[in-house]
Amino acid sequence: MSTHPLRAKRRRSALRTVAFLSPWLIGFGVFFAYPLVSTVYFSLMKYDGFGTPVFRGLGNWAYVFYDYPLFWPALRNTLWLVLVMVTCRVVFGLGIGLLITKIRTGAGVFRTLFYLPYLAPPVAATLAFVFLLNPGTGPVNSVLGDLGLPTPGWFTDPAWSKPALTALALWGVGDLMVIFMAALLDVPKEQYEAAELDGTSAWQRFRYVTLPNISPIVMFAVVTGVIQTMQYYTQPLVAGKVASGIIGGSGQQFEPGYPDKSTLTLPQLVYNLGFQRFDYGSACVVALVLFALAMAFTALLMRRRGGLIQAGD
Amino acid sequence: MTQVLDPPVGLSPPPVARRTARRKALLEWTAVHSLGIAAALFFTLPFVFVVLTSLMSDQQALTRDLVPDTWEWDNYRKVLDTPGFLTWWRNTLLYAGLGTVLTVVSSIPVAYALAKFRFRGRNVTLMLVISMMMLPPQVIIIPMYLFWAKQLDLSGTLSPLIIPMAFGDAFSIFLLRQFLMTIPNEYLDAARVDGCGELRTLVRVVLPMAKPGIAAVALFQFFYAWNDYFGPQIYASENPGAWTLSYGLESFKGAHHTDWNLTMAATVLVMAPVILVFFFAQKAFVEGVTLTGVKG
Repeated sequence: MSTHPLRAKRRRSALRTVAFLSPWLIGFGVFFAYPLVSTVYFSLMKYDGFGTPVFRGLGNWAYVFYDYPLFWPALRNTLWLVLVMVTCRVVFGLGIGLLITKIRTGAGVFRTLFYLPYLAPPVAATLAFVFLLNPGTGPVNSVLGDLGLPTPGWFTDPAWSKPALTALALWGVGDLMVIFMAALLDVPKEQYEAAELDGTSAWQRFRYVTLPNISPIVMFAVVTGVIQTMQYYTQPLVAGKVASGIIGGSGQQFEPGYPDKSTLTLPQLVYNLGFQRFDYGSACVVALVLFALAMAFTALLMRRRGGLIQAGD
Repeated sequence: MTQVLDPPVGLSPPPVARRTARRKALLEWTAVHSLGIAAALFFTLPFVFVVLTSLMSDQQALTRDLVPDTWEWDNYRKVLDTPGFLTWWRNTLLYAGLGTVLTVVSSIPVAYALAKFRFRGRNVTLMLVISMMMLPPQVIIIPMYLFWAKQLDLSGTLSPLIIPMAFGDAFSIFLLRQFLMTIPNEYLDAARVDGCGELRTLVRVVLPMAKPGIAAVALFQFFYAWNDYFGPQIYASENPGAWTLSYGLESFKGAHHTDWNLTMAATVLVMAPVILVFFFAQKAFVEGVTLTGVKG
């Protein structure tokens, strides 16, 4: 029996698949695979953009880990942001999500108001917060001062700059609110009714009915939050630049991570090394550290309950 | 959405119990809505203060006052008259508009194949798409910059930001794929039985059904380009004629470092279009957020 027609059909369907995937296949090669390999190559080279790259072995790696003064502060800041900012955002997002499911009057208006700040362009939102929280004349400190409360230096004080960024991140919690809201509405009503008949308190219902039902979504929020923290760039950079401008006049010659390296994150180091110091090799080392961290958490995300991948057909 | 609440009452408990239940429900209603108003203040007051400051005089913006003495609508005209501001607008619209069209057109067939074709390596492909989606753009920026600036001599333009969008965007592919998964296969099979090829099935049958998903992707992509700071910083910073609003806004602050009123007016002008677009497309947007988060 000839298998020829079958084979031809299979070949045609393979060709068809390749045709449909072709934009992405090119994109994957040119904008992902090639630059990744190239990043590994440059991480072993000394190169400033001119002349030819010179092999430097692990010299760039040693420089970044032992001598580059911004690496460890940036990593410490990232850890702080993961522990504090991500936790605050998830807890606050869940709280707002719960609140919005309980609101009966004007729910649509509340939901829109809560969601809107998430859409504010990051540069604009950061500028707004640097203004709102500016230590001398900002509205927040004006009100705090009138109430006799302490008036922190916010973006100009190393101890307060990350809390200020956290406030900005909480303001834009709308994405998590929507996700938690959908998850909360999916919890089977019968479970609440049964629990209520058993005479449970509201807290017990939250603890034993709501939480177990939404725990996959909480996990999802935490892991994507961590991944977003690895990419955290625009807000801390703009906040540092603009806040240093308040003190020092023009924001042009800015000090990375102002104040006192407290707003440095790993992506900023790639910019600092590559585009301010023209040390492409060391920039690629930091890029690879960033890559390893981002992919580790992405793997975690994909392993979860079959991950984001549901069986297709 | 705005039904006035009559606290829910049980079936028919004795009058006293019913009264306590009613009181409890009223109490809860009050507590929930007070919290709601407090939260609404937290989310809206920053906008309010920004707008109020944008209407103050130069001197007053440097004081602790919260409300303008004189309403300086002229501030907005001053910002629009700033050299470059309209160019940044045009560039942003070009980047966001053209980029969105290219992304949608190039991502749809990929998403369709991932959602509806059976082929070996499909799960691997999908995992690679997700990895690309999670990749911080800084990871590959050094070779990409060298590629665009040194080999193609395109730095100082927006081309390095727009051209890649013709080759599928990982996030858009993923979101569209999630959406296309929800379209039942029976529709596709019916079209195939009628003799449609895959391309015709996609264009005639799938696309009309996928409009909400496509709308969500287009919106997200538009906002991405509008908000992007890193891309213009790397490729366009050397040429102010190629700046976008997000990038120009920060330099605006640098040039007007004591004029909070003008800076806040510029901030409002950058925020306003996004918020307007949202009001027109709220449903598609929220749907998109839920789709990436929960489904799958």
